[in-house]
Amino acid sequence: MYATRTRRARPEPFALRPGIAERLGLPYMDAGLGFAAVALAAFGVFTLGEATKSDVPGNPGYYVDRQAIYAVLGLVGMYLLARIDYSRFRELRVGIYTFLCASVSLVFVFGFAARGSRRAFELPFFSFQPSELGKLLLVLALAGFVIDGARRGSARQRTVRYLCLGFAPAALVFLQPDLGTSLVYGAITLAVMYVGGVRWTHFAVIGAALVALVALVLVVAPAIGTPVLKEYQQQRLTSFTHPSADPSDAGYQQNQAKIAEGAGQLTGRGDRATQTRLDFVPERHTDFIFAVIGERYGFLGAAFVLSLYALLIWRALRIVTLSKNSYGTLVAGGIAAMLLFQVFVNVGMNLGIMPITGIPLPLLSYGGSSVLATLLAVGVLQSIHMQARLSQKGRFAW
Amino acid sequence: MYRRSDELGPQMSNRLALRIAVFGGVALALFGVLFFRLWFLQVINGEKYLAEAKNNRTREFRVSSPRGKILDRNGNDIVSNRTSLALQINPEKLPEAPRQRHAELTQLAELTHSSLPRLRKTMHEQLKLAASAPVTLRRDVGDYLVYYLQENQDRFPGVTVQRVFVRRYPHGTLAAHILGNVGEVSEEQLKEARYRGLQPGDEIGQEGVEDTYDRFLRGKPGLTRIQVDALGQPTRNGQLASQPPVPGDNLKLSIDTKVQEAGEAALAARGLHGGFITMNVHTGEILGLASYPTFDPSVFTRPMTQAQVNALYRDPVAAPLTDRATSGLYPTGSTFKPITAIAALESGNLTPTEVIEDPGQFEIGGEVFKNAGEAANGSVSLVSALEVSSDVFFYNLGFRMWDTGQLQHWAHALGIGRPTGIDLPVLSSGLLPSQHWRNQLYKEGLTDRPWSAGDNIQLATGQGDLQTNPLQMAVAYAAIANGGTIVTPHVGMQVDDAAGRVLKEFTPPPRRHVHMDPAYREAILEGLHDAAQNGAGTSFAVFGNFPIPVAGKTGTAERPPYADQSWYGVLAPYPNPRIVTFVTMEEGGFGAEAAAPAARTILEAYFASRLSHEAEGSEGEAEFPEGEG
Repeated sequence: MYATRTRRARPEPFALRPGIAERLGLPYMDAGLGFAAVALAAFGVFTLGEATKSDVPGNPGYYVDRQAIYAVLGLVGMYLLARIDYSRFRELRVGIYTFLCASVSLVFVFGFAARGSRRAFELPFFSFQPSELGKLLLVLALAGFVIDGARRGSARQRTVRYLCLGFAPAALVFLQPDLGTSLVYGAITLAVMYVGGVRWTHFAVIGAALVALVALVLVVAPAIGTPVLKEYQQQRLTSFTHPSADPSDAGYQQNQAKIAEGAGQLTGRGDRATQTRLDFVPERHTDFIFAVIGERYGFLGAAFVLSLYALLIWRALRIVTLSKNSYGTLVAGGIAAMLLFQVFVNVGMNLGIMPITGIPLPLLSYGGSSVLATLLAVGVLQSIHMQARLSQKGRFAW
Repeated sequence: MYRRSDELGPQMSNRLALRIAVFGGVALALFGVLFFRLWFLQVINGEKYLAEAKNNRTREFRVSSPRGKILDRNGNDIVSNRTSLALQINPEKLPEAPRQRHAELTQLAELTHSSLPRLRKTMHEQLKLAASAPVTLRRDVGDYLVYYLQENQDRFPGVTVQRVFVRRYPHGTLAAHILGNVGEVSEEQLKEARYRGLQPGDEIGQEGVEDTYDRFLRGKPGLTRIQVDALGQPTRNGQLASQPPVPGDNLKLSIDTKVQEAGEAALAARGLHGGFITMNVHTGEILGLASYPTFDPSVFTRPMTQAQVNALYRDPVAAPLTDRATSGLYPTGSTFKPITAIAALESGNLTPTEVIEDPGQFEIGGEVFKNAGEAANGSVSLVSALEVSSDVFFYNLGFRMWDTGQLQHWAHALGIGRPTGIDLPVLSSGLLPSQHWRNQLYKEGLTDRPWSAGDNIQLATGQGDLQTNPLQMAVAYAAIANGGTIVTPHVGMQVDDAAGRVLKEFTPPPRRHVHMDPAYREAILEGLHDAAQNGAGTSFAVFGNFPIPVAGKTGTAERPPYADQSWYGVLAPYPNPRIVTFVTMEEGGFGAEAAAPAARTILEAYFASRLSHEAEGSEGEAEFPEGEG
């Protein structure tokens, strides 16, 4: 913001009077990224409106009204964040990290339980789920720690330190319990480390340890009678390998989602959609929103949405390469990985090729915290882009 | 880190560029997987999933349709329907836990006055036929039970009460043998072409006209297709295109309830096993047909007690389900004589005026055949021989044709011992003994002697090996009365839709025509008329004072070891008969003793309006209950 002001004080010779767009900083933002985010948020609100018309008796707009409010709030937040120099977050890393851990811990004390897990605070008007915003906070803090600790300790020590920093909040979220979000935290941690230059050999060791851990959790631990995962979590993780017709079985949800997708065919069934309208697909407004899109709007609609995500992630990766500093590179890389991981796992779950993990689809799934956090993350990306453009411009101007 | 400074500058390090490139490659691959999978599900396999989705959301319920009513010829109900509440279990909705399931079934068994093993057996049997279809536990459950179950619905998951149609018989046992009954289609029947499209549990006619005219009466069950959600609950406005049930069409029988009632009452009054038939001699329409003992067709509409089963199926002597009028196998006694007469006349073995001496007995080959009651009738011609029922006269005719086959030819032509084409199930078409038949048996060693003159002499008077029934005799008499037309006897007259419009009329064409000299026919009818209403006639005691001229013949069949069987066949009105009535009663003695009075009761019912007219002294043309075309 200050940087913008100082530059505004010295008008360029051929731009005599800065226009309104210039004042808003729009030319320095990434148009593709902004378009993808706004289009996805709008499409999400639209789909939700169509799909949940009769969900809450007497209040057809229950979900869609709330989602629209979150989206508008998120877009405002995105813009404001874009105008802030993200580099400040690097200095605030300790505070951010502390807030992250504290907020996900406080849920255990003040949170309200939904379906057996404490994930959110009940605030007036809406409930706030700190672990969603925590994804962005983790990226910002962890990138700062990585830049800052780049010269301290051996490479091995650094790797272990990053892992521990990522593991702590992930473990807290896992205990809520929220397996899906803790997996996102893990993906973010690994991505930041990856962009941060951690050695390939270390990743190989981490990879091997992860495989061993999965085997231990899914196979060995239940076999010896000390299960780590709750039974429903275990079932969800493994059920995509064996679809089932039993509605009480986890494989049933996956199967129904698959039927919904397939039934949409090329052009979709519109209001004749039955799978996602008549409760065959559970959680259709959150985890299985993509099945709604697939059934209602067919391959054309679903592919359009996937293309928007591809655009979003492509622009995010491009911003990784544009950043004016390493901190921006790491933050953009972490956000890109966060988005890619969530999109792939959620859509894959809707298409029957990934386990059911309860990861929301960014910008489309109903949920204020998730929409807000995602749009704020896009705002951070825009900020990185803006700072890069401004510094380039400055370099040429000077 | 790649650089000491935090400032990256325009040039990225090569290592970072490689990592970003790998990152981008992974992202591209993951999106590729998603796009391909999406294409695979929606475009390549879309049809399959669409079918699954459609199947997912609809449930079909069959709605039973009422069977058509069965009416008498005047449109009065003989069989109608009533609704009944049936207790059904949907096995899929029973509690899964074995203990709860057991508890619920035990309670249900108690409530329906059944036992758990019996209930389980019922379920097992019905589920074998139609897996996962609702099982009907009991029909005709009382209101109190329905209310109880509704009030305690949560304690009886999966139990429903369904409204079904059940046959109602307002006249009780009336026409039981004609009507037959309704029952669930069997596994074997489902394989037959005429029952194509039916499902286990559907009801079809199993006997009588319920069976013969099943395709008209049956109707079509409706199909309600309902959109349901994932819990199987019907959705709001979820009624999809459904077929309403089509009620069956009404069947109008040619039966005249008054004649039918009179005949049944007459049979029941004597309490002797037997049967009767009254038929239009020109069209073959049956106005009345019954067998005694009879049964109550409504017993088939609900589970039978062991006593009922025993009475219906395990009593070979009474055999109430057997229709003696159409499926009885008896010698006919003298009622056969008109057939012998027409055979002898047409084959040139007799002229209408030929006189034969009747000394009271006939001797051939050392064997002596005597008149009944050992009466000597003196000189008799055809007419007087029929009037007094001279056996010797007909012994002579039998002897004249004993090895010519002419008697068999004519009896066969008139329908004795062969199928009549009636629209009711008939077990056996009887036996007309012939030279060929007995010689064949003899050749095979199944009898001790070949065909002899004695056999034909016996047949000429309706004795010996002859096995026939009132139905065949009525057809033969009808042919003599109408001049040689062998009618097709039938009870089904027309099919009406629910609104009473005639959809179809049954006028089965005659089986065949037999050429008959009108003079011979008149001579025989005259003889029969004298037998009934002339002073010396065998049934004068019964019909002598009957106001309407008739032509009737008694018969007394010897059926050792049983007592003689009483027969009576009568054509009315004489000389242009419109109806024929045949009555037989096992062990009833002389024809005039048991069968003839029953026949008179039937004719009185048939001519009731004309008789009451004449009793009032009116001279006007009588109104007949049956119009003649």
